[in-house]
Amino acid sequence: MKVERNITMSESFEPRIVAFLCNWCSYAGADNAGIARMQSPANILPVRVMCSGRVAPEMILRAFRSGADGVLVLGCHIGDCHYISGNHRTAKRIPLLRNLLGHVGINPDRLRLDWVSSAEAPKFASVTQEFVETVRSLGPIAEEMGG
Amino acid sequence: MMDAGRHPNITLLTYSEVEEVSGYIGNFNVRIRKQARSVQEDLCTGCGLCQEKCPTKVLDTAFEAGMGKRKAIYKPFAQAIPNVPLIDRENCLFFTKGRCKLCEKVCPTGAIDYEQEDQLLDVQVGAILVATGFAPWNPVQLSQYSYGRSPNILTGLQFERLTSATGPTGGEILTAEGKKPERVALIHCVGSRDERAHAYCSRICCMYSLKQAHQVRDKTGAAVYDFYMDMRAFGKAYEEFYARVQEEGITFVRGRGTEVQVLPDGKLQVKAEDTLLGRLVAVDVDIVILATAVEPQSDAGRVAGLFGLGRTPDGFFAEAHPKLRPVETSTGGVFLAGACQGPRDVPDTVTHAGAAAMEVVRLFNQGEVTISPTVAVVDAEQCVGCGECILACPYSAIARNAEERAEINAALCHGCGTCAATCPAGAITALHFTDEEIVAQIDGLLVLAT
Repeated sequence: MKVERNITMSESFEPRIVAFLCNWCSYAGADNAGIARMQSPANILPVRVMCSGRVAPEMILRAFRSGADGVLVLGCHIGDCHYISGNHRTAKRIPLLRNLLGHVGINPDRLRLDWVSSAEAPKFASVTQEFVETVRSLGPIAEEMGG
Repeated sequence: MMDAGRHPNITLLTYSEVEEVSGYIGNFNVRIRKQARSVQEDLCTGCGLCQEKCPTKVLDTAFEAGMGKRKAIYKPFAQAIPNVPLIDRENCLFFTKGRCKLCEKVCPTGAIDYEQEDQLLDVQVGAILVATGFAPWNPVQLSQYSYGRSPNILTGLQFERLTSATGPTGGEILTAEGKKPERVALIHCVGSRDERAHAYCSRICCMYSLKQAHQVRDKTGAAVYDFYMDMRAFGKAYEEFYARVQEEGITFVRGRGTEVQVLPDGKLQVKAEDTLLGRLVAVDVDIVILATAVEPQSDAGRVAGLFGLGRTPDGFFAEAHPKLRPVETSTGGVFLAGACQGPRDVPDTVTHAGAAAMEVVRLFNQGEVTISPTVAVVDAEQCVGCGECILACPYSAIARNAEERAEINAALCHGCGTCAATCPAGAITALHFTDEEIVAQIDGLLVLAT
Protein backbone atom coordinates (compact mmCIF):
# COMPACT_ATOMS: atom_id res chain seq x y z
CA MET A 1 0.00 0.00 0.00
CA LYS A 2 1.42 3.33 -1.03
CA VAL A 3 1.48 5.96 1.69
CA GLU A 4 1.24 9.57 0.65
CA ARG A 5 3.79 11.80 2.31
CA ASN A 6 3.52 15.55 2.59
CA ILE A 7 6.12 17.15 0.32
CA THR A 8 5.71 20.71 1.46
CA MET A 9 3.13 22.32 3.67
CA SER A 10 1.69 24.45 0.91
CA GLU A 11 1.55 21.73 -1.74
CA SER A 12 -0.57 19.20 0.16
CA PHE A 13 -1.56 20.56 3.51
CA GLU A 14 -3.52 18.05 5.55
CA PRO A 15 -5.77 19.98 7.92
CA ARG A 16 -6.32 18.61 11.41
CA ILE A 17 -9.93 18.95 12.45
CA VAL A 18 -11.27 18.33 15.94
CA ALA A 19 -14.83 17.05 15.69
CA PHE A 20 -17.12 17.14 18.73
CA LEU A 21 -19.60 14.32 18.21
CA CYS A 22 -22.65 13.74 20.39
CA ASN A 23 -22.89 10.19 21.70
CA TRP A 24 -26.39 9.39 20.50
CA CYS A 25 -26.52 10.81 16.98
CA SER A 26 -23.39 12.04 15.29
CA TYR A 27 -20.94 9.70 17.03
CA ALA A 28 -23.18 6.75 16.13
CA GLY A 29 -23.47 8.16 12.61
CA ALA A 30 -19.69 8.27 12.34
CA ASP A 31 -19.52 4.73 13.67
CA ASN A 32 -22.05 3.58 11.11
CA ALA A 33 -20.14 5.31 8.34
CA GLY A 34 -17.13 3.28 9.36
CA ILE A 35 -19.11 0.05 9.51
CA ALA A 36 -20.49 0.74 6.06
CA ARG A 37 -16.93 1.34 4.81
CA MET A 38 -17.79 4.82 3.62
CA GLN A 39 -14.84 7.04 2.82
CA SER A 40 -14.39 9.67 5.49
CA PRO A 41 -11.23 11.73 5.64
CA ALA A 42 -8.64 10.75 8.23
CA ASN A 43 -8.20 14.42 9.08
CA ILE A 44 -11.11 14.17 11.49
CA LEU A 45 -10.12 13.78 15.16
CA PRO A 46 -13.28 12.79 17.05
CA VAL A 47 -14.07 13.81 20.63
CA ARG A 48 -17.16 12.12 22.02
CA VAL A 49 -19.48 14.10 24.28
CA MET A 50 -22.87 12.98 25.53
CA CYS A 51 -24.66 15.92 23.95
CA SER A 52 -23.64 18.73 21.58
CA GLY A 53 -24.90 20.98 24.38
CA ARG A 54 -21.79 19.96 26.36
CA VAL A 55 -19.55 21.75 23.90
CA ALA A 56 -18.49 24.99 25.54
CA PRO A 57 -17.03 27.87 23.49
CA GLU A 58 -13.87 27.69 25.62
CA MET A 59 -13.20 24.14 24.42
CA ILE A 60 -13.50 25.20 20.83
CA LEU A 61 -11.09 28.09 21.35
CA ARG A 62 -8.73 25.75 23.19
CA ALA A 63 -8.83 23.40 20.22
CA PHE A 64 -7.76 26.21 17.88
CA ARG A 65 -5.04 27.28 20.31
CA SER A 66 -3.72 23.73 20.53
CA GLY A 67 -3.34 23.66 16.77
CA ALA A 68 -6.63 22.49 15.28
CA ASP A 69 -7.06 23.96 11.78
CA GLY A 70 -10.81 23.48 11.97
CA VAL A 71 -13.47 22.52 14.50
CA LEU A 72 -16.59 20.61 13.58
CA VAL A 73 -19.54 20.29 15.96
CA LEU A 74 -22.10 17.67 15.02
CA GLY A 75 -25.28 17.04 16.99
CA CYS A 76 -28.75 15.55 16.72
CA HIS A 77 -31.25 17.31 14.47
CA ILE A 78 -33.34 19.97 16.15
CA GLY A 79 -36.33 18.26 17.68
CA ASP A 80 -34.49 14.96 17.93
CA CYS A 81 -31.98 15.71 20.68
CA HIS A 82 -31.64 12.72 22.96
CA TYR A 83 -31.74 15.20 25.83
CA ILE A 84 -34.68 17.08 24.35
CA SER A 85 -33.21 20.58 24.09
CA GLY A 86 -29.42 20.34 24.52
CA ASN A 87 -28.89 21.07 20.84
CA HIS A 88 -30.99 24.23 21.08
CA ARG A 89 -28.18 25.72 23.14
CA THR A 90 -25.61 24.56 20.62
CA ALA A 91 -27.64 26.09 17.79
CA LYS A 92 -27.34 29.46 19.51
CA ARG A 93 -23.75 29.18 20.76
CA ILE A 94 -21.96 28.21 17.58
CA PRO A 95 -23.24 31.03 15.34
CA LEU A 96 -22.44 33.50 18.13
CA LEU A 97 -18.96 32.07 18.50
CA ARG A 98 -18.42 32.20 14.72
CA ASN A 99 -19.18 35.91 14.86
CA LEU A 100 -16.63 36.41 17.64
CA LEU A 101 -13.90 34.34 15.95
CA GLY A 102 -13.47 37.00 13.30
CA HIS A 103 -12.73 39.51 16.04
CA VAL A 104 -9.85 37.44 17.38
CA GLY A 105 -8.36 36.85 13.95
CA ILE A 106 -9.66 33.36 13.19
CA ASN A 107 -11.63 32.83 9.99
CA PRO A 108 -15.17 31.90 11.09
CA ASP A 109 -15.39 29.28 8.35
CA ARG A 110 -12.95 27.19 10.39
CA LEU A 111 -15.87 26.40 12.73
CA ARG A 112 -18.86 24.50 11.40
CA LEU A 113 -22.03 23.24 13.06
CA ASP A 114 -24.18 20.56 11.45
CA TRP A 115 -26.79 17.97 12.41
CA VAL A 116 -26.12 14.31 11.67
CA SER A 117 -28.32 11.54 13.00
CA SER A 118 -27.15 8.00 13.71
CA ALA A 119 -28.85 6.82 10.53
CA GLU A 120 -27.14 9.42 8.37
CA ALA A 121 -23.78 7.77 7.77
CA PRO A 122 -23.59 9.15 4.21
CA LYS A 123 -24.15 12.65 5.56
CA PHE A 124 -21.32 12.20 8.04
CA ALA A 125 -19.03 11.21 5.17
CA SER A 126 -20.07 14.10 2.95
CA VAL A 127 -20.02 16.77 5.68
CA THR A 128 -16.56 15.73 6.83
CA GLN A 129 -15.20 15.57 3.27
CA GLU A 130 -16.68 18.99 2.47
CA PHE A 131 -15.35 20.57 5.65
CA VAL A 132 -11.87 19.16 5.19
CA GLU A 133 -11.71 20.76 1.75
CA THR A 134 -13.03 24.08 3.11
CA VAL A 135 -10.35 24.13 5.81
CA ARG A 136 -7.70 22.97 3.37
CA SER A 137 -8.41 25.97 1.19
CA LEU A 138 -8.06 28.25 4.25
CA GLY A 139 -4.61 26.98 5.01
CA PRO A 140 -2.98 26.07 8.35
CA ILE A 141 -4.24 27.87 11.44
CA ALA A 142 -0.67 28.71 12.44
CA GLU A 143 -0.33 31.01 9.43
CA GLU A 144 -3.58 32.77 10.30
CA MET A 145 -2.75 33.20 13.96
CA GLY A 146 0.69 34.43 13.02
CA GLY A 147 2.58 32.08 15.27
CA MET B 1 -64.31 0.59 37.31
CA MET B 2 -66.46 -0.80 40.09
CA ASP B 3 -63.62 -3.09 41.22
CA ALA B 4 -61.28 -0.10 41.27
CA GLY B 5 -63.79 1.85 43.33
CA ARG B 6 -64.16 -0.94 45.86
CA HIS B 7 -60.54 -1.99 46.21
CA PRO B 8 -59.16 -1.20 49.69
CA ASN B 9 -55.80 -0.09 48.25
CA ILE B 10 -57.27 2.26 45.68
CA THR B 11 -58.42 5.80 46.45
CA LEU B 12 -60.57 6.87 43.53
CA LEU B 13 -60.68 10.64 43.03
CA THR B 14 -63.16 11.49 40.30
CA TYR B 15 -64.11 14.95 39.05
CA SER B 16 -60.59 15.94 40.11
CA GLU B 17 -57.63 17.56 38.36
CA VAL B 18 -53.89 17.42 38.97
CA GLU B 19 -52.64 20.97 39.46
CA GLU B 20 -48.97 20.60 40.30
CA VAL B 21 -46.29 17.93 40.33
CA SER B 22 -42.83 18.14 41.84
CA GLY B 23 -40.17 15.75 43.03
CA TYR B 24 -38.60 12.74 41.41
CA ILE B 25 -38.83 8.97 41.13
CA GLY B 26 -39.95 7.42 44.38
CA ASN B 27 -40.69 10.84 45.83
CA PHE B 28 -43.28 12.79 43.85
CA ASN B 29 -45.51 15.44 45.40
CA VAL B 30 -48.81 15.86 43.62
CA ARG B 31 -51.40 18.56 44.27
CA ILE B 32 -54.91 17.53 43.29
CA ARG B 33 -58.02 19.68 43.08
CA LYS B 34 -61.13 17.71 43.95
CA GLN B 35 -63.82 19.81 42.32
CA ALA B 36 -67.11 20.48 44.11
CA ARG B 37 -69.98 18.25 42.94
CA SER B 38 -72.40 20.13 45.21
CA VAL B 39 -73.40 16.65 46.43
CA GLN B 40 -71.94 14.97 49.50
CA GLU B 41 -70.56 11.60 48.43
CA ASP B 42 -70.87 9.96 51.82
CA LEU B 43 -74.57 10.83 52.14
CA CYS B 44 -75.74 10.15 48.57
CA THR B 45 -77.29 6.70 48.00
CA GLY B 46 -77.46 7.03 44.21
CA CYS B 47 -81.28 6.80 44.20
CA GLY B 48 -81.50 9.14 41.21
CA LEU B 49 -84.52 11.16 42.44
CA CYS B 50 -82.72 14.49 42.04
CA GLN B 51 -81.97 13.73 38.40
CA GLU B 52 -85.57 12.67 37.81
CA LYS B 53 -87.02 15.88 39.26
CA CYS B 54 -84.50 18.40 37.92
CA PRO B 55 -86.38 20.67 35.49
CA THR B 56 -83.35 21.74 33.49
CA LYS B 57 -82.33 19.77 30.40
CA VAL B 58 -78.93 20.32 28.84
CA LEU B 59 -77.51 18.99 25.55
CA ASP B 60 -75.02 16.30 26.52
CA THR B 61 -71.97 17.01 24.36
CA ALA B 62 -69.75 14.66 26.34
CA PHE B 63 -71.04 11.12 26.73
CA GLU B 64 -73.97 11.48 24.32
CA ALA B 65 -71.73 13.24 21.77
CA GLY B 66 -74.51 15.75 21.21
CA MET B 67 -77.07 13.07 20.38
CA GLY B 68 -79.02 13.29 23.63
CA LYS B 69 -79.75 15.37 26.70
CA ARG B 70 -78.99 15.22 30.40
CA LYS B 71 -80.13 17.22 33.43
CA ALA B 72 -78.29 20.02 35.21
CA ILE B 73 -77.71 17.54 38.04
CA TYR B 74 -76.37 14.45 36.38
CA LYS B 75 -74.06 11.48 36.35
CA PRO B 76 -71.56 11.52 33.46
CA PHE B 77 -72.96 8.15 32.29
CA ALA B 78 -75.22 5.47 33.70
CA GLN B 79 -72.45 3.22 35.00
CA ALA B 80 -70.34 6.00 36.53
CA ILE B 81 -68.39 5.23 39.68
CA PRO B 82 -69.02 6.59 42.27
CA ASN B 83 -72.77 6.38 41.80
CA VAL B 84 -73.10 10.05 42.80
CA PRO B 85 -74.30 12.89 40.54
CA LEU B 86 -72.78 16.34 40.21
CA ILE B 87 -74.37 19.73 39.58
CA ASP B 88 -73.42 21.55 36.39
CA ARG B 89 -73.21 25.00 37.95
CA GLU B 90 -73.26 26.74 34.57
CA ASN B 91 -76.73 25.42 33.79
CA CYS B 92 -78.31 24.80 37.21
CA LEU B 93 -81.21 27.18 37.94
CA PHE B 94 -80.03 27.75 41.52
CA PHE B 95 -76.49 28.69 40.59
CA THR B 96 -77.50 30.84 37.62
CA LYS B 97 -80.73 32.43 38.86
CA GLY B 98 -81.05 31.59 42.56
CA ARG B 99 -84.26 29.62 41.99
CA CYS B 100 -85.54 26.02 42.12
CA LYS B 101 -83.57 23.91 44.66
CA LEU B 102 -85.85 20.96 43.79
CA CYS B 103 -83.00 18.46 44.13
CA GLU B 104 -82.40 19.55 47.73
CA LYS B 105 -86.11 19.21 48.47
CA VAL B 106 -86.46 15.67 47.13
CA CYS B 107 -83.16 14.24 48.31
CA PRO B 108 -84.00 11.62 50.98
CA THR B 109 -80.64 11.90 52.74
CA GLY B 110 -79.97 15.64 52.51
CA ALA B 111 -76.89 15.05 50.39
CA ILE B 112 -77.24 18.21 48.25
CA ASP B 113 -74.79 20.90 49.35
CA TYR B 114 -74.81 24.09 47.28
CA GLU B 115 -72.07 25.56 49.48
CA GLN B 116 -69.61 22.78 48.74
CA GLU B 117 -66.17 24.02 47.67
CA ASP B 118 -63.26 22.54 45.77
CA GLN B 119 -60.83 20.63 47.94
CA LEU B 120 -57.05 20.68 47.51
CA LEU B 121 -55.18 17.50 48.34
CA ASP B 122 -51.43 17.03 48.54
CA VAL B 123 -50.30 13.44 48.08
CA GLN B 124 -46.89 11.79 48.05
CA VAL B 125 -46.45 9.02 45.49
CA GLY B 126 -43.59 6.91 44.25
CA ALA B 127 -44.67 6.64 40.64
CA ILE B 128 -47.07 8.28 38.20
CA LEU B 129 -49.01 6.52 35.47
CA VAL B 130 -50.59 8.75 32.82
CA ALA B 131 -53.61 7.24 31.08
CA THR B 132 -55.42 10.32 29.83
CA GLY B 133 -56.75 8.82 26.61
CA PHE B 134 -57.54 10.46 23.27
CA ALA B 135 -60.09 12.81 21.73
CA PRO B 136 -62.04 12.45 18.49
CA TRP B 137 -61.10 14.89 15.75
CA ASN B 138 -63.86 17.34 14.82
CA PRO B 139 -64.67 16.99 11.10
CA VAL B 140 -66.09 20.51 10.94
CA GLN B 141 -62.46 21.47 10.28
CA LEU B 142 -62.65 20.19 6.70
CA SER B 143 -65.74 21.68 5.08
CA GLN B 144 -65.78 19.10 2.27
CA TYR B 145 -67.49 16.67 4.63
CA SER B 146 -70.33 19.17 5.33
CA TYR B 147 -70.31 18.12 8.97
CA GLY B 148 -72.77 20.29 10.86
CA ARG B 149 -74.81 21.10 7.74
CA SER B 150 -77.07 18.09 8.15
CA PRO B 151 -78.16 16.23 11.29
CA ASN B 152 -77.70 12.98 9.34
CA ILE B 153 -73.94 13.35 8.97
CA LEU B 154 -72.55 11.64 12.06
CA THR B 155 -69.14 10.89 13.45
CA GLY B 156 -68.35 7.28 14.33
CA LEU B 157 -68.77 8.10 18.01
CA GLN B 158 -72.16 9.70 17.43
CA PHE B 159 -73.28 6.63 15.52
CA GLU B 160 -72.28 4.52 18.54
CA ARG B 161 -74.82 6.44 20.60
CA LEU B 162 -77.46 5.97 17.91
CA THR B 163 -77.01 2.24 17.81
CA SER B 164 -76.60 1.77 21.56
CA ALA B 165 -79.53 0.20 23.42
CA THR B 166 -79.08 2.85 26.12
CA GLY B 167 -78.83 5.68 23.61
CA PRO B 168 -81.31 8.37 22.55
CA THR B 169 -83.25 6.06 20.18
CA GLY B 170 -82.96 2.90 22.26
CA GLY B 171 -80.61 1.44 19.66
CA GLU B 172 -82.78 1.96 16.59
CA ILE B 173 -80.86 3.33 13.66
CA LEU B 174 -83.01 6.22 12.45
CA THR B 175 -82.46 9.40 10.54
CA ALA B 176 -82.82 12.68 12.45
CA GLU B 177 -86.36 12.82 11.03
CA GLY B 178 -87.13 9.54 12.79
CA LYS B 179 -87.24 7.39 9.64
CA LYS B 180 -85.51 4.10 8.93
CA PRO B 181 -82.65 4.78 6.49
CA GLU B 182 -82.70 3.07 3.10
CA ARG B 183 -79.13 3.90 2.16
CA VAL B 184 -76.14 4.53 4.44
CA ALA B 185 -72.53 5.47 3.62
CA LEU B 186 -69.44 5.10 5.79
CA ILE B 187 -66.27 7.05 5.01
CA HIS B 188 -62.90 5.92 6.39
CA CYS B 189 -59.85 8.12 7.11
CA VAL B 190 -61.72 11.36 7.90
CA GLY B 191 -58.92 13.54 9.22
CA SER B 192 -56.46 10.63 9.20
CA ARG B 193 -53.79 9.97 6.58
CA ASP B 194 -54.51 13.53 5.53
CA GLU B 195 -51.75 16.11 5.35
CA ARG B 196 -54.29 18.86 6.11
CA ALA B 197 -55.35 17.23 9.39
CA HIS B 198 -53.37 14.27 10.73
CA ALA B 199 -50.79 12.44 8.66
CA TYR B 200 -51.00 9.26 10.74
CA CYS B 201 -53.43 6.35 10.59
CA SER B 202 -55.80 6.26 13.56
CA ARG B 203 -55.66 2.48 13.72
CA ILE B 204 -59.10 1.77 15.17
CA CYS B 205 -61.45 3.13 12.52
CA CYS B 206 -61.35 0.40 9.86
CA MET B 207 -62.49 -2.19 12.38
CA TYR B 208 -65.17 -0.09 14.02
CA SER B 209 -66.45 1.03 10.62
CA LEU B 210 -66.75 -2.61 9.59
CA LYS B 211 -68.66 -3.26 12.77
CA GLN B 212 -70.91 -0.29 12.16
CA ALA B 213 -71.51 -1.27 8.52
CA HIS B 214 -72.46 -4.73 9.72
CA GLN B 215 -74.82 -3.28 12.35
CA VAL B 216 -76.59 -1.02 9.86
CA ARG B 217 -77.07 -3.87 7.44
CA ASP B 218 -78.18 -6.23 10.18
CA LYS B 219 -80.61 -3.86 11.94
CA THR B 220 -82.12 -1.99 9.00
CA GLY B 221 -81.42 -3.98 5.85
CA ALA B 222 -80.39 -0.67 4.26
CA ALA B 223 -78.00 -0.52 1.28
CA VAL B 224 -74.57 0.14 2.81
CA TYR B 225 -71.65 1.78 0.99
CA ASP B 226 -68.26 1.65 2.71
CA PHE B 227 -65.64 4.04 1.25
CA TYR B 228 -62.17 2.94 2.34
CA MET B 229 -58.55 3.51 1.25
CA ASP B 230 -56.93 0.41 2.74
CA MET B 231 -58.66 -2.05 5.03
CA ARG B 232 -56.58 -2.31 8.19
CA ALA B 233 -57.71 -5.55 9.81
CA PHE B 234 -54.48 -6.27 11.62
CA GLY B 235 -55.51 -8.05 14.81
CA LYS B 236 -56.53 -11.50 15.94
CA ALA B 237 -59.69 -12.60 14.07
CA TYR B 238 -59.96 -9.14 12.49
CA GLU B 239 -59.40 -10.28 8.90
CA GLU B 240 -61.90 -13.10 9.41
CA PHE B 241 -64.48 -10.54 10.53
CA TYR B 242 -63.79 -8.46 7.43
CA ALA B 243 -64.29 -11.53 5.24
CA ARG B 244 -67.61 -12.22 6.97
CA VAL B 245 -68.82 -8.64 6.52
CA GLN B 246 -67.87 -8.76 2.84
CA GLU B 247 -70.42 -11.58 2.43
CA GLU B 248 -73.31 -9.51 3.80
CA GLY B 249 -74.12 -7.61 0.64
CA ILE B 250 -72.35 -4.39 1.62
CA THR B 251 -70.82 -2.43 -1.25
CA PHE B 252 -67.14 -1.73 -0.54
CA VAL B 253 -65.73 1.11 -2.62
CA ARG B 254 -61.94 1.31 -2.61
CA GLY B 255 -61.56 5.04 -2.81
CA ARG B 256 -61.43 7.89 -0.35
CA GLY B 257 -64.85 9.48 0.18
CA THR B 258 -63.79 13.02 -0.60
CA GLU B 259 -66.95 15.06 -0.53
CA VAL B 260 -70.32 14.96 1.18
CA GLN B 261 -72.88 17.27 -0.36
CA VAL B 262 -76.21 18.09 1.28
CA LEU B 263 -78.80 17.94 -1.51
CA PRO B 264 -81.89 20.21 -1.57
CA ASP B 265 -84.18 17.32 -0.53
CA GLY B 266 -81.99 16.64 2.51
CA LYS B 267 -80.31 13.56 1.10
CA LEU B 268 -76.54 13.32 1.25
CA GLN B 269 -74.33 12.69 -1.76
CA VAL B 270 -70.94 11.07 -1.27
CA LYS B 271 -68.37 11.43 -4.04
CA ALA B 272 -65.32 9.24 -4.48
CA GLU B 273 -63.02 7.72 -7.03
CA ASP B 274 -63.53 3.97 -7.18
CA THR B 275 -59.88 3.09 -7.77
CA LEU B 276 -60.63 -0.51 -8.68
CA LEU B 277 -63.04 0.53 -11.43
CA GLY B 278 -61.03 3.59 -12.35
CA ARG B 279 -64.21 5.71 -12.29
CA LEU B 280 -65.64 8.58 -10.30
CA VAL B 281 -68.74 7.56 -8.38
CA ALA B 282 -71.44 9.46 -6.52
CA VAL B 283 -73.93 7.85 -4.16
CA ASP B 284 -77.02 9.45 -2.61
CA VAL B 285 -77.70 8.22 0.94
CA ASP B 286 -79.80 9.02 4.01
CA ILE B 287 -77.04 8.83 6.63
CA VAL B 288 -73.27 9.35 6.37
CA ILE B 289 -70.97 8.04 9.10
CA LEU B 290 -67.54 9.70 9.20
CA ALA B 291 -64.76 7.58 10.75
CA THR B 292 -62.99 10.53 12.32
CA ALA B 293 -59.36 10.59 13.37
CA VAL B 294 -58.15 9.93 16.87
CA GLU B 295 -56.05 12.78 18.24
CA PRO B 296 -54.43 13.81 21.52
CA GLN B 297 -56.69 15.52 24.07
CA SER B 298 -56.92 19.29 23.74
CA ASP B 299 -55.06 19.78 27.04
CA ALA B 300 -52.19 17.48 26.11
CA GLY B 301 -49.79 20.42 26.20
CA ARG B 302 -50.69 21.27 29.78
CA VAL B 303 -50.58 17.63 30.90
CA ALA B 304 -47.19 17.17 29.23
CA GLY B 305 -45.86 20.18 31.09
CA LEU B 306 -47.25 18.93 34.42
CA PHE B 307 -45.59 15.54 34.22
CA GLY B 308 -42.50 16.39 32.19
CA LEU B 309 -43.68 14.38 29.19
CA GLY B 310 -42.23 14.75 25.74
CA ARG B 311 -44.44 14.66 22.67
CA THR B 312 -43.80 12.90 19.38
CA PRO B 313 -44.46 14.85 16.16
CA ASP B 314 -48.03 13.47 16.02
CA GLY B 315 -48.75 15.19 19.36
CA PHE B 316 -49.15 12.07 21.48
CA PHE B 317 -47.01 11.59 24.60
CA ALA B 318 -43.50 10.32 23.95
CA GLU B 319 -42.50 6.84 25.00
CA ALA B 320 -38.87 6.30 26.05
CA HIS B 321 -38.15 4.15 22.99
CA PRO B 322 -40.50 3.57 20.03
CA LYS B 323 -39.86 -0.18 19.92
CA LEU B 324 -38.31 -1.31 23.15
CA ARG B 325 -39.77 0.91 25.88
CA PRO B 326 -43.43 1.58 25.06
CA VAL B 327 -44.68 2.43 28.56
CA GLU B 328 -41.78 4.40 30.04
CA THR B 329 -41.05 8.09 29.50
CA SER B 330 -37.77 9.96 29.66
CA THR B 331 -38.64 10.86 33.26
CA GLY B 332 -37.98 8.03 35.67
CA GLY B 333 -41.07 7.00 37.61
CA VAL B 334 -43.54 8.44 35.10
CA PHE B 335 -45.24 5.89 32.85
CA LEU B 336 -47.78 5.92 30.03
CA ALA B 337 -50.77 3.67 29.42
CA GLY B 338 -53.13 3.51 26.47
CA ALA B 339 -54.19 5.94 23.79
CA CYS B 340 -52.50 9.00 25.27
CA GLN B 341 -49.29 7.52 23.82
CA GLY B 342 -50.84 6.75 20.43
CA PRO B 343 -54.01 5.40 18.80
CA ARG B 344 -54.79 1.86 19.87
CA ASP B 345 -57.82 -0.39 20.28
CA VAL B 346 -59.10 -2.23 23.34
CA PRO B 347 -56.91 -5.39 23.30
CA ASP B 348 -53.76 -3.34 22.68
CA THR B 349 -54.72 -0.85 25.38
CA VAL B 350 -55.21 -3.63 27.90
CA THR B 351 -51.79 -5.01 27.01
CA HIS B 352 -50.12 -1.60 27.19
CA ALA B 353 -51.77 -0.74 30.50
CA GLY B 354 -50.78 -4.10 31.96
CA ALA B 355 -47.18 -3.46 30.97
CA ALA B 356 -47.25 0.00 32.55
CA ALA B 357 -48.69 -1.37 35.79
CA MET B 358 -45.98 -4.03 35.87
CA GLU B 359 -43.27 -1.39 35.44
CA VAL B 360 -44.59 0.36 38.53
CA VAL B 361 -44.67 -2.92 40.47
CA ARG B 362 -41.13 -3.66 39.32
CA LEU B 363 -39.96 -0.25 40.45
CA PHE B 364 -41.54 -0.62 43.87
CA ASN B 365 -40.22 -4.13 44.33
CA GLN B 366 -36.69 -2.97 43.66
CA GLY B 367 -37.04 -0.38 46.41
CA GLU B 368 -33.92 1.37 45.16
CA VAL B 369 -33.10 2.96 41.84
CA THR B 370 -29.71 2.77 40.18
CA ILE B 371 -28.76 5.96 38.42
CA SER B 372 -25.97 6.67 36.01
CA PRO B 373 -22.78 8.16 37.47
CA THR B 374 -22.46 10.58 34.55
CA VAL B 375 -24.37 13.32 36.29
CA ALA B 376 -23.49 16.97 36.78
CA VAL B 377 -22.48 18.53 40.10
CA VAL B 378 -22.39 22.18 41.17
CA ASP B 379 -19.49 23.59 43.18
CA ALA B 380 -21.44 25.89 45.50
CA GLU B 381 -18.37 28.02 46.18
CA GLN B 382 -17.93 28.87 42.50
CA CYS B 383 -21.64 29.27 41.77
CA VAL B 384 -22.71 32.92 41.48
CA GLY B 385 -26.43 32.14 41.55
CA CYS B 386 -27.17 33.49 38.07
CA GLY B 387 -29.71 30.73 37.38
CA GLU B 388 -28.66 30.20 33.75
CA CYS B 389 -28.15 26.49 34.34
CA ILE B 390 -31.69 26.20 35.69
CA LEU B 391 -33.01 27.54 32.40
CA ALA B 392 -30.73 25.35 30.33
CA CYS B 393 -31.62 22.03 31.91
CA PRO B 394 -34.10 20.07 29.75
CA TYR B 395 -35.19 18.02 32.78
CA SER B 396 -35.74 20.76 35.36
CA ALA B 397 -33.16 18.93 37.45
CA ILE B 398 -31.58 22.11 38.83
CA ALA B 399 -33.06 24.32 41.51
CA ARG B 400 -31.93 27.07 43.84
CA ASN B 401 -31.13 25.83 47.34
CA ALA B 402 -31.53 27.70 50.62
CA GLU B 403 -28.24 29.52 50.01
CA GLU B 404 -29.44 30.74 46.60
CA ARG B 405 -26.91 28.49 44.87
CA ALA B 406 -27.76 26.03 42.12
CA GLU B 407 -28.19 22.43 43.20
CA ILE B 408 -28.59 19.49 40.87
CA ASN B 409 -30.92 16.59 41.70
CA ALA B 410 -28.88 13.55 40.67
CA ALA B 411 -32.03 11.46 40.28
CA LEU B 412 -33.40 13.84 37.64
CA CYS B 413 -30.10 14.62 35.91
CA HIS B 414 -29.62 12.71 32.65
CA GLY B 415 -26.00 13.75 32.19
CA CYS B 416 -26.20 15.79 28.97
CA GLY B 417 -23.71 18.37 30.28
CA THR B 418 -25.57 21.37 28.85
CA CYS B 419 -25.48 23.08 32.25
CA ALA B 420 -21.72 22.60 32.51
CA ALA B 421 -21.21 24.32 29.16
CA THR B 422 -23.66 27.09 30.08
CA CYS B 423 -22.29 28.06 33.48
CA PRO B 424 -20.45 31.36 33.11
CA ALA B 425 -18.58 30.77 36.36
CA GLY B 426 -17.39 27.31 35.40
CA ALA B 427 -18.97 26.01 38.60
CA ILE B 428 -20.51 22.86 37.16
CA THR B 429 -18.66 19.62 36.58
CA ALA B 430 -20.11 17.03 34.22
CA LEU B 431 -18.76 13.90 35.88
CA HIS B 432 -16.79 11.64 33.51
CA PHE B 433 -16.96 14.27 30.77
CA THR B 434 -15.08 17.00 32.59
CA ASP B 435 -13.44 19.98 30.92
CA GLU B 436 -10.05 18.54 31.86
CA GLU B 437 -10.82 15.17 30.27
CA ILE B 438 -12.08 16.76 27.07
CA VAL B 439 -9.14 19.16 26.80
CA ALA B 440 -6.76 16.26 27.40
CA GLN B 441 -8.38 14.45 24.48
CA ILE B 442 -8.09 17.50 22.24
CA ASP B 443 -4.42 18.00 23.10
CA GLY B 444 -3.70 14.30 22.78
CA LEU B 445 -5.35 13.99 19.38
CA LEU B 446 -3.58 17.04 17.99
CA VAL B 447 -0.20 15.76 19.19
CA LEU B 448 -0.74 12.27 17.75
CA ALA B 449 -1.86 13.61 14.39
CA THR B 450 1.36 15.49 13.64
